[in-house]
Amino acid sequence: MNVLIDKFDVFAGGFWLTLQICLLAAIGALLLGAVVAVLRISPVPPLRAVGTAYVNIFRNMPLTVVMFFAAFGLPALGSNADFLRLPGLDAVFNRLGTDLPYFRFALIALVLYTAAFVCEALRSGVNAVPPGQAEAARSLGLTFSQNLRHVVLPQSWKASVVPLGSVIIAMIKNSALAGFFGVVGDLAQTADQLTSAEGFAFVPVAIGISIGYLIMTVPLGALLDRIEKRQAVAR
Amino acid sequence: MSRQTSVLYDVPGPRQRRITLVSSVAATLLLLVGAYFLIYRPLDDKGQFSMELWGPLIDPSNENFSQVWDRLGLGLKNTLIAAVLAIVSSLVVGTLLAVLRIQLKSLTRRRFVGFATPLAYLLRGLSVLLSAVTRVCVEVFRGLPVVITIFFVARGFPEFGVSFDTLWYLVIGLTIYNSVVIGEILRSGMEGLPGGQAEAAAAIGLSPLQSTRMILLPQAFRIMLPALISQLVVVLKDTSLGFIISYEETLNIGKQVIGVLENPIQVYVVIAVLFIAVNYSLSKLAQYVQHRLSRGRKTAGTPAQNPPPAALMSQAEGAGGPI
Repeated sequence: MNVLIDKFDVFAGGFWLTLQICLLAAIGALLLGAVVAVLRISPVPPLRAVGTAYVNIFRNMPLTVVMFFAAFGLPALGSNADFLRLPGLDAVFNRLGTDLPYFRFALIALVLYTAAFVCEALRSGVNAVPPGQAEAARSLGLTFSQNLRHVVLPQSWKASVVPLGSVIIAMIKNSALAGFFGVVGDLAQTADQLTSAEGFAFVPVAIGISIGYLIMTVPLGALLDRIEKRQAVAR
Repeated sequence: MSRQTSVLYDVPGPRQRRITLVSSVAATLLLLVGAYFLIYRPLDDKGQFSMELWGPLIDPSNENFSQVWDRLGLGLKNTLIAAVLAIVSSLVVGTLLAVLRIQLKSLTRRRFVGFATPLAYLLRGLSVLLSAVTRVCVEVFRGLPVVITIFFVARGFPEFGVSFDTLWYLVIGLTIYNSVVIGEILRSGMEGLPGGQAEAAAAIGLSPLQSTRMILLPQAFRIMLPALISQLVVVLKDTSLGFIISYEETLNIGKQVIGVLENPIQVYVVIAVLFIAVNYSLSKLAQYVQHRLSRGRKTAGTPAQNPPPAALMSQAEGAGGPI
């Protein structure tokens, strides 16, 4: 069990890096997912088609393939994802600014993949708003965007919280894949490094890594359960 | 669904139709121009559309075509084998887990009347303990990433002197995760049933196990069928994680092909298309089943105006149309 104490800084570092990926990817996926969701319900048919195609493509593709695409496709497009080297941000999230692009590639893949699910969660929320609400807003003369902003979105938000939460939990778990794609030092890669290269005993390392992930996923899951129960009562 | 989205805006009049048309054309043009300059041009500049790179994948007369597809076919076969094994075993284990958790939960509420007092306390304590243990196991394996579970299985089993083919590591890893998820799906399905079902089963003298097996489980399966099918999509996608333990599934074979032919983008496009085709049809199937089930419940829920059985049948058949 000494690994857990001796190498505590390694575990903590891995946890912090995984948390960084998750935070950044969650922000990115929520933003992109919201955009795609708006595309999917917009009145302009080509935009709707783009949104639908996006969701169908990324929802049905394994994240692994998305990661490979990011790793091989972006360089072919002539980009090292340098646009993510945002001046203020990379002081906190130092991996954003490194010369090795794998952190940024993994981040982009995770955002692209998760955004499709975020879009579906948001859209299911919009569909849960009773049609009468939007009809009433329309009969008051609100335009499409006013209708969304003042009437539909504030109500759909409530119905989307739980699905969004489970999407985020799934994303935290998916972030483990980044460790197998050249992102050095996150929890998954730490597990690999400690057990194979440095030859530590397997069980303690496994316990340490598991705790790292469970700290992030289990409380979030419990919180969602609570919200779900409260909503069920309120309804 | 289309009704739901169209509720956000009026049926367009002539002016609105004009605006929609103009903005459609503008959006299409903008998208095409963007795609051309941001995607097509850089790729073309690097010669990514040359037949040299695409040929082995799409041109049957290419010298490598049959060999590449032989390998990819092997990969697909391996992917499907792993997926089917994982799905079947997670369904079996998941069902057992759901039944076990339901049984343990009802046991913790039992008072064990008729046993000696210490024995009754012991039995109650035991059932509470077992219930807690299964709960913790479920939470742990649901909270761990599948990749990590597969990795742990592949590293952990040899550690304890048990070694299998990589296929089995993948299947075991996937089963551990997905059986827990399926177990929870089925359990919530059973707990969501009206309480009268279990009470009626008890009233006609079925034992708890019998009532779970004959009354609750079939209904839970039926209600949760869409969720179960969606879980199959997840399993199929997750088989691609086999590459971390070098199981020869589609993606891994793809990597080998890339190693020889050096056309990563083309190979991944083909693999992505294969995955999307299979998973898209599975998701459509899930939607179709959900549609049918909700239709069925609605008609069954209104006994006052129940149509005669023949009409009901044709209505259910009619639900098979496009969604």
